[in-house]
Amino acid sequence: MGINPALAGRVYPPSAGYEVSREKIAEFATAIGSDDPAHRDPEAARALGHPDVVAPPTFAVVVAQRAEGQIYADPDSGVDFSRLVHGEERFTHHRPVVAGDRLVATLHVDTAREVGGHGMLATRVEVADADGAPVSTVVSTVVIRGGE
Amino acid sequence: MRVALRRFEDVSVGDELTSRSFPLRRVDLVRYAGASGDFNVIHWNERVARSVGLPDVIAHGMLTMAVAGRLASDWAGDPAAVVEYGTRFTRPVPVPDDDEGALLEVGGVVAALDAQARTARIDLVATAAGAKVLGRAQAVVRLG
Repeated sequence: MGINPALAGRVYPPSAGYEVSREKIAEFATAIGSDDPAHRDPEAARALGHPDVVAPPTFAVVVAQRAEGQIYADPDSGVDFSRLVHGEERFTHHRPVVAGDRLVATLHVDTAREVGGHGMLATRVEVADADGAPVSTVVSTVVIRGGE
Repeated sequence: MRVALRRFEDVSVGDELTSRSFPLRRVDLVRYAGASGDFNVIHWNERVARSVGLPDVIAHGMLTMAVAGRLASDWAGDPAAVVEYGTRFTRPVPVPDDDEGALLEVGGVVAALDAQARTARIDLVATAAGAKVLGRAQAVVRLG
């Protein structure tokens, strides 16, 4: 069994808020090797028109993967995490993530089906700010490899 | 490094971004695991990676994507200018347990312009050991 098809269409409850700190942005920037001052120096970020330091383009994955984890923690999903292969990832940013944001993630299961013995799972995490305004949409596709 | 946004008028379809090489070593995978919270064991434990049929510990696809994306964000002059970024993960990047690790080579080209939105679509090509590791890697960048 790769994936429970009944997951398709499911929407999980919104996550607890994730507070974005300057330190976490700098840590993530270092981890991807970026020395861009907009990630570390509030003055450099303000010179570009941002209220505070900005997160790297893929930073929202930190919040999105936490939300996606709800599927793997759910015994009902049928997913064996060790057989999971990342197929595709897409970020659409409605506005930049900046230090001081409080992000709330809502996980949607867009596709859950069996194809040729493998499980196909497409998720969409809608990331919003404390006021409920959209920040990022993170779409992820994974394949759960079937048993040999 | 630029601290100003690249101007739309200064960009043409076909412009090539300066290619760059990024080493990915075991320490980089460990650092990314900690920063991202992705502790999937295949990114740090060779024994487990081999037991599930992988040639070695492999880099996080999301690390490869993030590093390749730096070409677009550095070119734009503002990481927040990347309004859209997507890719497929077509091939794993094995990272051997030595001082060199894997070498990710990234190139990019301006593939399309949208004058109304003042955005450029950058098509990125990322290879490791001569093979493409990302498919349809595209970033849409808002310009000044």
